[in-house]
Amino acid sequence: MWGILRQKVGDTGLSPQGLGNQMLRLRPATSAVRDYSAATKEMTVRDALNSALDEEMAADPNVYVMGEEVGEYQGAYKITKGLLDKFGPERVVDTPITEAGFAGIGVGSAYHGLRPVIEFMTFNFSMQAIDHVINSAAKSNYMSAGQINVPIVFRGPNGPAAGVGAQHSQCYGAWYGSVPGLKVLVPYSSEDARGLLKAAIRDPDPVVFLENELLYGESFPVSAEALDSSFTLPIGKAKIEREGKDVTITAFSKMVGYALKAAEILEKEGINAEVINLRSIRPLDRATINASVRKTNRLVTVEEGFPQHGIGAEICASVVEDSFGYLDAPVERIAGADVPTPYAANLERMAFPQIEDIVRAVKRACYRSV
Amino acid sequence: MSMASIKFIKRTSFLTSSQFSSHLHRWIDSSSRNKPPVTSSGRFGTVYGGRQLHTAASISSDQLSTEAPSRQELNFPGGSVKFTSKRIFISGSNEERAHCYRVLNENGELVIDNDLLKITKELAVKMYTNMATLQVIDTIFYEAQRQGRISFYLTTTGEEAINIASAAALSNNDFVFPQYREPGVLLWRGFTLQEFANQLFGNKHDYGKGRQMHVHYGSKKHNYVTVSSPIATQIPQAVGAAYSMKMEKQDSCTITYFGDGSSSEGDFHAGLNFSAVMEVPVIFFCRNNGWAISTPISDQLRGDGIVVRGKAYGIPSIRVDGNDALAVYSAVYEARKMAIENQTPVLIEALTYRVGHHSTSDDSTKYRPVDEIEWWRNDQSPVKRFRKWIENKGWWSNDNESQHRSNIRKELAQAVQNAERTQKPPVADMFNNVYDVSPKNLNEQKESLRKTLKQHAKEYPSNVPW
Repeated sequence: MWGILRQKVGDTGLSPQGLGNQMLRLRPATSAVRDYSAATKEMTVRDALNSALDEEMAADPNVYVMGEEVGEYQGAYKITKGLLDKFGPERVVDTPITEAGFAGIGVGSAYHGLRPVIEFMTFNFSMQAIDHVINSAAKSNYMSAGQINVPIVFRGPNGPAAGVGAQHSQCYGAWYGSVPGLKVLVPYSSEDARGLLKAAIRDPDPVVFLENELLYGESFPVSAEALDSSFTLPIGKAKIEREGKDVTITAFSKMVGYALKAAEILEKEGINAEVINLRSIRPLDRATINASVRKTNRLVTVEEGFPQHGIGAEICASVVEDSFGYLDAPVERIAGADVPTPYAANLERMAFPQIEDIVRAVKRACYRSV
Repeated sequence: MSMASIKFIKRTSFLTSSQFSSHLHRWIDSSSRNKPPVTSSGRFGTVYGGRQLHTAASISSDQLSTEAPSRQELNFPGGSVKFTSKRIFISGSNEERAHCYRVLNENGELVIDNDLLKITKELAVKMYTNMATLQVIDTIFYEAQRQGRISFYLTTTGEEAINIASAAALSNNDFVFPQYREPGVLLWRGFTLQEFANQLFGNKHDYGKGRQMHVHYGSKKHNYVTVSSPIATQIPQAVGAAYSMKMEKQDSCTITYFGDGSSSEGDFHAGLNFSAVMEVPVIFFCRNNGWAISTPISDQLRGDGIVVRGKAYGIPSIRVDGNDALAVYSAVYEARKMAIENQTPVLIEALTYRVGHHSTSDDSTKYRPVDEIEWWRNDQSPVKRFRKWIENKGWWSNDNESQHRSNIRKELAQAVQNAERTQKPPVADMFNNVYDVSPKNLNEQKESLRKTLKQHAKEYPSNVPW
């Protein structure tokens, strides 16, 4: 009955769905029209996530999406655009405003065999549901001794956007990354987004999938292999985005882009930086990070989250434990400022790492010698 | 607890939500065609978003004030609502509380004979023996904790009827999301005394592999989801599982149990509200036993218990005498039918009393009078009441009673001995089930621990196997 009602509302041109279609046609064509001659296609992260959800939902009828505004509104950030039309209201569930409610409902449905993809409008709101994510989803397999598994994915934008203030800008990588039982993924490019989301949905364990609002509109080249519907990326493997021999820079999500730009600037000054895209916070690919540090002997970690107990702290500890003798300089940690994120644009800019900060830190790491 | 102020009713009658939803559907239908909703008085044209559009036959203001009939109702978002000129506040407290459905009185006599589902001798005896077994289990395990053989336990004393009778009305496919005071449901479904003992002693046969607190039972084969400590989290989870059943079109429902204290949690609100919106087959069973550890019901809430909240969410609800096994059975039976046939949530509030302490860590005589506890233990005992009924029917006797209780005591004592003597789970198991497939870092840690145990064997207990 619910489904029939939704069909009726969707019939008129003035419904949110109709408006959404019109708005999409007015989007700048930069992403769609570039590089017809190149072998690889370009795709925005938004489209990458959308296509991944589409394919996984088509392949497995147990997969369903639930969250605020995911259906009629096509998604608060349009990640779930078109899915309601294609799969119907039973598989694209719009919810009342209760993160605790729909996270709990998602976990309960996963207990019984469905494969929910729960969207938090931002992970800041996941704090209202965090008990379900941690005490129920993460720990159930262990606490039931394998009788209950929870193949659930919690996804949504994480970390700062632009001018959204303190309660909408926190990075939750460190919080969720510390919980055994969870897997925590942090895609950067469109290929990351597609491959990791598909892997997350297929994974039998609960996965926290931390996206970035500002990356949604960014375009990346995607290979033909990545466009295939069976494409997945392994969970727990970092990617070396740029090879180098002088210093290792680790980053995830938006900071990978900044690190790559910093590496270009540093190249001109004779510093050859290796940039590692973590892709996965839990499990953390300590092997790749340590192998890189053993090669370069210097490490700079970059993240947008708060510095204390952050991702950089964990990476630093791992390198000190496994590759202490290889370090030629102390590890440099770049993180967000230790303040609730200010709103004013000039202050916000100073609260988060910029490309210049990465360049300066690398230079500090390089001009110190043992 | 002033139970005297609640009337008992003899019939199952659920407050329905269909009236509410039909208004909703009418409004959505009309607005989807982009016509302003039509109200019942067409004389002034239609009211759309507060603006009044006058028809061609507009009326002068004089006529407006004297002759015009007032608008009867308006299609607000959410449905048509009638107007009233009487400024009356709906009272926060009812003069009369919602009536309580009861079938057997304290003497085990049927109050009235109609409406009663046909209960066979076999079913009645099975219900009684399970209730008695539950009492024996509680006594023996409680004593075991006092003797220091297990470190924690909590009893179900006073709520045996709720446990057993509700379980008896369900089918084995119905998924159970317990709180922690419902081991009787598991007992009914066939969990053995040995299995209970294994969990409490955390030995290698424990299905939870020694990872859970005591009484946090769980059994996949019995469709009983492992007890989870955080209060009320099971409520929205039961709704989710019911959604899964609805999507698979299964002939089953979920049931979730929770206490009066749980009804204060945010999850209660989210779960109930959402279940009505999603239209899923879930039974919300509230054990209102008057106490949340030391918090009495008067400090927990100020409305008329939990049953009245059902209507607020659009959920059919009933209040039931939780110490009356037949009433509980009949209410759950009917609720299950409604939930599955109509794909609707149902709320049952069972009024009862927590006779035991909250747990072995609690001494409730510190915050409530001993004679109150004793009155409920004796005069309102659900087990005694049901026993009188089946004895009057000639289905049970004193001999049956003493034999059954002594058999269970012997069997349980043996189970406890066995459980105590059984080996603990292997240490190597500690690293399993964190994930579906054990990741490399955990395997490394496991190997590192194994080496350490071997190297420093003297510093670790010798009776814990690898």
